[in-house]
Amino acid sequence: MEIRHFFSLRKVRAEAAFKRTLLITSIVMIVIALGIFLTLLVHSMPSIKALGLKYLWGKTWDPVSNIYGGLPFLLGTLLTSFLALIISVPFSYAIAIYLGEYKTTGWLSGFLKNIVELVAAVPSVIYGFWALVVLVPIVRTIETKFGVAPYGVGIFTASLVLAIMIIPYAASLGRELIRLTPSALKEGAYSLGATRYEVLKNITLPYTKSGLFAGLLLSLGRALGETMAVTMVIGNSNMLPANIFAPSNTMASVIANEFTEADRTVYLSALIELGLLLFLVTVVINIIGKAVIKRFTNE
Amino acid sequence: MWKSRAFEALIILFAFLITLPLFAIIYYVVKTGIAQINWNFLTNIPQPVGELGGGIANALVGSILIVLIATAIAVPLGILCGIYLSENSNSKISYWSRLAVDILQGTPSIVIGIVIYFWVVKPRGGFSALSGSIALAIMMLPIIIRSTEENLKLIPSSLKEAGLALGLPYQKVILRIIIPCGFSGILSGIMLAVARVAGETAPLLFTAFGNPYLSTNLLKPMQSLPLLIFNYATSPYDEWHQLAWGASTILLIWVLLLNISTKLITRKWKVQL
Amino acid sequence: MSCNNPDTTKTGGSENDNTLIGAGSTFVYPLFSKQFAEYNKQTGLKVNYQSIGSGGGIQQLMHKTVDFGDSDAPLNDEQTQQMGAPVLHIPMCSGAVVISYNLPGLKDTLKLTPDVIANIFLGKVKAWNDAQIAAVNAGVQLPSTPIVVAHRSDGSGTTNIFTTYLSKVSPQWNTSPGKGSSINWPIGLGGKGNEGVAGLVKQTPGAIGYVELAYAIQNKMAFAKVQNKAGNFITPSVASTSAASNIQLPEDSKVSLTNTDAADGYPISGFTWALVYKEQKYDNRSQGRATNLLKLLWWNIHDGQKFCEALNYAPLSSSAVTVAEKILHSATYDGKQILQ
Repeated sequence: MEIRHFFSLRKVRAEAAFKRTLLITSIVMIVIALGIFLTLLVHSMPSIKALGLKYLWGKTWDPVSNIYGGLPFLLGTLLTSFLALIISVPFSYAIAIYLGEYKTTGWLSGFLKNIVELVAAVPSVIYGFWALVVLVPIVRTIETKFGVAPYGVGIFTASLVLAIMIIPYAASLGRELIRLTPSALKEGAYSLGATRYEVLKNITLPYTKSGLFAGLLLSLGRALGETMAVTMVIGNSNMLPANIFAPSNTMASVIANEFTEADRTVYLSALIELGLLLFLVTVVINIIGKAVIKRFTNE
Repeated sequence: MWKSRAFEALIILFAFLITLPLFAIIYYVVKTGIAQINWNFLTNIPQPVGELGGGIANALVGSILIVLIATAIAVPLGILCGIYLSENSNSKISYWSRLAVDILQGTPSIVIGIVIYFWVVKPRGGFSALSGSIALAIMMLPIIIRSTEENLKLIPSSLKEAGLALGLPYQKVILRIIIPCGFSGILSGIMLAVARVAGETAPLLFTAFGNPYLSTNLLKPMQSLPLLIFNYATSPYDEWHQLAWGASTILLIWVLLLNISTKLITRKWKVQL
Repeated sequence: MSCNNPDTTKTGGSENDNTLIGAGSTFVYPLFSKQFAEYNKQTGLKVNYQSIGSGGGIQQLMHKTVDFGDSDAPLNDEQTQQMGAPVLHIPMCSGAVVISYNLPGLKDTLKLTPDVIANIFLGKVKAWNDAQIAAVNAGVQLPSTPIVVAHRSDGSGTTNIFTTYLSKVSPQWNTSPGKGSSINWPIGLGGKGNEGVAGLVKQTPGAIGYVELAYAIQNKMAFAKVQNKAGNFITPSVASTSAASNIQLPEDSKVSLTNTDAADGYPISGFTWALVYKEQKYDNRSQGRATNLLKLLWWNIHDGQKFCEALNYAPLSSSAVTVAEKILHSATYDGKQILQ
């Protein structure tokens, strides 16, 4: 009786310690996420106090005169991300439909699936390097034909390379969701004589609409935060972009360019405030996207 | 009927177009870079501007070390957290923890670089490979936690209950029975996380900083492949461009190999229950 | 997650003190790259210098994450105040900021006057065959290519030298955008570091940008002859840079060489300065480390000078070396002079 009591006490203690360790690791995640937000907030305070909300629509970024306006970067970020999203949609949806509806199995489908995953695996800096050497001269030729200043770099080029990079996100999510369309619904339509196209258009796509939208949100979130490939081909200009062929900067690229040399408190803090904005926007978009997917898959 | 066929053709066209840029990139990078790779390239450090014979040894060693340390930090933490989340799906802490993991997954890598600069670099008073590893570890955690949680959830609870019923302590059941069961999935999660961070540049800009010399000192700045590629690609020196192409080839092959072997492992080692 | 680890480099002693960390000017990077490699051969000391721009070097020195910075712009009042402790400026060499352009069809070297340069960078002159450029280059067939301006996207001493020059020669530029290390450029593409601007100019037909002479020559890029104060069109070179920098330096060595009075001096020249804290005992720094640092800089201004000309930098004049020696002698460790 005593020996059994002794063993179970030790066992209970060891188990409790293990369970406590597990709990602590979970709490650590919360601490890290919270810590990131607080660090960004604290270090943005000098700029928030000094410039207030005007920062968001200030058009001029002039560190020399201590004038900081975030609008050029907000515009640059929004333009590149949304343009990239628009360009990527036909391709990601086509892949999603092909893999989810037409050919869900087979070696061709496996091949395409692997290709899409590899596209997501290529490091951003390699996309940037390739875009710099291959895409930029092509865009320059296009610009000369249009009669625009032949920069080669700029919002358009950045959007092109971003579009390639974000296709896999909406594509693989879309594929999963399209496959989840209840076959009962589809078979009902087929038995009524509908063609494949009609089933897709009238049954599958409406059914997966919200999920596909969530996939777009995830792609958008990825595009907003992308730094390296964009920094290498966007032209690095702090002026308000005049058109999509103009050079520009995104919130991420201006941080990458100027962080190590912001030598005044307000300057550094203004950059970190951009980081805070970027953090908040990407986090909100990701969470909304994930919530929509969860609701969709639980329905 | 032809409308359906036309639509299908359109879908197939757009779907397979994605192979074009991927093959174009792989082909271009490998073609330009492979000529660079020889023993000298792999074992020498970069020479001063204008001199020949440079190599990428410092970046190669640096990348391996930084990623290795990041993995060592992220794997235990990530697996344990994944275990907690799969075992306690409904607790309040799980809800917030999952939210935190989602937040970390969506955080742009440059933001993580900024934060680690303030958490590690400034207090220590210097750049270091270690700070770079910490930044990369934070990026690996969501991937490892997710994949651990998903894989463990797939294992029927009857296995765990059987172990507990036999009187085995909880930690032995988890660590000796459940984890090995889901091992292939967890391993693939780790490999994907490694592949993801091996190519990351932004978090290293303000942490590992770079180093023209070969160094194995974790507490000092260190060079890495993505940093070298970024700096040399945007330079005007032709010799440096060539080094960057060679480094890109190596990085690309490393990342692609990791991804491909992950798939092979998942297929081969999948445990049938 | 803030780490308050005891600094293990303190106990590391000589092994760790045998690697110094520096950051800053891209202007001087080709020279430093060569000098540090040679110094390493002679003494075994390693120098890890990251070419992140003068602004970056100043900031890292402020945060004490590097042993020395390098900047082509002396510290301004606000930066001096933020440093918290006195910082020594040691001139390393002088160099020329050249106006480089990409016009492959052009055989002759372009001539530019201060007004034309200002107008190009203000965006008022938009094409290469503009009347203003043609007026200065009689008989040269100029193409109708649009001008693509390239400037720095990061905090740059090179920008400081160039814009200080423009502010002196163009009243309009002086009003706006003015001078500084990182200004509000009216037009153009941004490149990171001298490397980035040189890369942009090299790859973009019709581009024009300002880079340090060494970068232009190393990349076989064309650069313009600039008209100086005396009215002569000067080709940037070691000789013309030396002519511009042949002046008596003030005691703290902070001086601008732009718009030089010298008849054959190149008007867009400048010094570059290594920056170190005067009192070297801070933050666990050992005496050995401080001594290594000062010995390195002493070598740079003496033996290291012989590498300047081959890389197209102008070596320090003997009077400049004397001023620099005095500045180095004023560095102290715990109040005691380091170099004897």
